[in-house]
Amino acid sequence: MSFYDRYNKIKHHPYEEILAAMTVQDVDRALNQAEPDEYDLLALLSPAAAERLEDMAQKARKLTIQNFGKVISLYAPLYLTDYCVNKCAYCSFSFDNDFPRRKLTALEISQEAKALKDMGIQHVILLTGESRIHSSVAYLTESAHILRKYASSISIEVQPLDTEEYRQLFQAGVDGLTVYQEVYNEEIYKEIHIKGPKRNYRYRLDAPERGCQAGMRSVNIGALLGMDNWRKEVFFTALHAQYLQKRYLETDIAVSFPRIRPNLGGFEPRAVVEDKDLVQAMLAVRLFMPRAGITLSTREEAELRDHLIKLGVTKMSAASSTVVGGYAAKKEDNSQFEISDTRSVAEVKKRLKQLGYQPVFKDWDILADEEEWNDFSASRHHNGDTRAGAGV
Amino acid sequence: MDELIIGQKKLSSRLFTGTGKFADHSVMKQAFSASGSQVVTVAVRRVDLEAGHENILADIPENMTIMPNTSGARNAEEAVRIARLARAAGMGDWIKIEVISDQKYLLPDNEETIRATAILANEGFVVLPYMNPDLMAAKKLADAGAAAIMPLGSPIGSNRGIRMKEMIRILIEEKTLPVIVDAGIGKPSEAAEAMEMGADAVLVNTAIATADDPVRMAEAFSLAVAAGRKAYLAGLGPVSQRAAASSPLTGFLR
Repeated sequence: MSFYDRYNKIKHHPYEEILAAMTVQDVDRALNQAEPDEYDLLALLSPAAAERLEDMAQKARKLTIQNFGKVISLYAPLYLTDYCVNKCAYCSFSFDNDFPRRKLTALEISQEAKALKDMGIQHVILLTGESRIHSSVAYLTESAHILRKYASSISIEVQPLDTEEYRQLFQAGVDGLTVYQEVYNEEIYKEIHIKGPKRNYRYRLDAPERGCQAGMRSVNIGALLGMDNWRKEVFFTALHAQYLQKRYLETDIAVSFPRIRPNLGGFEPRAVVEDKDLVQAMLAVRLFMPRAGITLSTREEAELRDHLIKLGVTKMSAASSTVVGGYAAKKEDNSQFEISDTRSVAEVKKRLKQLGYQPVFKDWDILADEEEWNDFSASRHHNGDTRAGAGV
Repeated sequence: MDELIIGQKKLSSRLFTGTGKFADHSVMKQAFSASGSQVVTVAVRRVDLEAGHENILADIPENMTIMPNTSGARNAEEAVRIARLARAAGMGDWIKIEVISDQKYLLPDNEETIRATAILANEGFVVLPYMNPDLMAAKKLADAGAAAIMPLGSPIGSNRGIRMKEMIRILIEEKTLPVIVDAGIGKPSEAAEAMEMGADAVLVNTAIATADDPVRMAEAFSLAVAAGRKAYLAGLGPVSQRAAASSPLTGFLR
C-alpha cells in the first residue's frame, strides 16, 4: 500500500465540477462537523466557502490554540549546497542554470550553524539541491553531526532517499523530514520536472512514508501552490497528510503551503493563488486535521505572515537565507527563491509577543546515540572515506 | 491539616499545573501564583538552559516543585534518556513520564510507561506516570515503584472533562497509589468533580493557559479543587456500588 494507490483511485473524479457544485449549506455542514470527512474538506476548499471564511478562521484559531497553545516554533533553513542534477521549470537550482555552485565544507557548516545559534535559532533544517554526489548520505550524516553541537533539532529537505538512508540520518540526530511533492497532478509533474531523477513521481510521493518508517519524529509535506488548481492540490495534500497520520501515529505530520516565488529562469505560475486562497487552503486543512502542524516559510511577506499566524500556523521560519553560506559569510549569490519576510529573529520574536504568542526556539533534545555515531564514524574513517566537503 | 504526600514532599495544594501553551512567561508566572499550585510540570524538551533570563525554569516561582515531563518520548528508552537529561540539568528527582506514540489522540502507551517507570524508580527518581486509566496497569506501575499515577480524564488538550470516570473511580477505590487526574479537564467544575470523586489531586494546564484571562482562570481552578476536596472530606466520598438500599429486601430477616 502506498498513497500512490489511493491517488490513482481518486484522481479521476471530476473535482472542478464537484467544487463548483458545492453550496454554502455544504460549507456550513462541514463547519459543524466534529471530524470533517473528505467531502467536507472539498466543501471547505470550494469557491462557496469564500463566504464563510471568517467562520472557518474563528474555528481554526480555536482548534489551534486548544491543540498547540499560544505558541509558535521558530526555525531557519541552512543551505549546504546548490548542486543539482535536475532540470525543473520553476527552480533556480536547475542544473542548466549557469551560476557558480557551492558546497559547504565542514568548517563552513560549523560557521553557518554557529551564526544561526548566535541569532537564537535552534531548530535548523538542512537543505540541498538534489544530487547524490554532492549531497550524499555520508555528507548529510557528517553535516548533521556538526549541527548537533549547535542545534537542538535537525531536519532535512534534500533529494528523496531510501528508508535505510533515512534511518541512518535519524541515527545521526536528524529528527525531521520535509519533502514537498511540488505538484500532485502527475501529468503536470512530468511536464515541469524536465530532466533528472526527480521525474520519478512515485519515488518522491512515497518519500514521506519512508521517512515515517525510518523513525523520523516529524514529517512535513506540501504542494508548491501555483502549479495547478490550488483547491485540488490542497485536497490531495491533505489526504496525503491524513494517510500518513493514520498509518504512522507516532509521527508528527505537518503541512506547508508554499506559493511559487520569483526565481532565476523567470517561471510564471500556472495558476494564480491569491492571499485569500492561501488563507482558505490553510483553514480548510486545519479544520480537516486539527492536530497537524502547519509550517509557514519566509516566502510570504511579513504583514501577511503576521495575519496568518492567528489562523492555524504552528511553526515558522525566521531570518532565512536561501543562499549557500548565507549566514556566516553573508553570501548573496543565487538563491533558490526570493525571501519576502526579511525581518531578523529579534524582530520576529518581538512581533510574535505583540500578537500574543510565545516564540519557541527549543522544542526537542537530540537523543540519538553518540556511541552509534562513533561506531559509524570509526568504520567510515577506517574505510578511508573523506571528511564532509573536504573534496570540494 | 489535609496534606498530600508525594515523594516525601507535603503538599497543601492539590492543583498541579503545567507550563505549556502560555502566550508569555509573565502571565504564566502570575497564573501560577493565583493557582496556589505547588507542583508544576515542564517539558524537558522545551527547557533551554542557555537561554539566560528566558529560560522557562527562571520563571517558575521558587516555592513550586518542578516536575519535568518526558513529553516527546515515543518509547521507554526515549523517556529514560529525557529523564536523565532533566536530572543532569538540575531539575530534581521528580519525573512525570509521558510516553506517547500517537500524535493524533496523544494517548499514552501503558506498556512502555511501565517499563520506563521500573527503570527510573530504580535510579531513584520520584516517578509519576501519565497513563490510560487501567487497574492492571496501575498495579504494575505500583510494583514498578511509581510514586503516584496520573490517569487521563480524556485526551490531552481535549477539554472534554472526565470521560474516563468509571475507570478512574475504580483506580481511586482500589487505592493502589495516589491518583492525580491529568488531561482533559476543561472547566473548574470538572476539576471539582474529580476531587469529589476522591482523586488526590488534578493537573490542569490547557484550560488555564489558553483561557482569555489565565490568571483569573487559575484562581477559579484553585477554588474548585479546594471545594471538591472539602466536599469529599465532608462525606460525599465514592458511592459504593453495593450501597444499602433505603428499603432492603432482606431486612425482614434481621
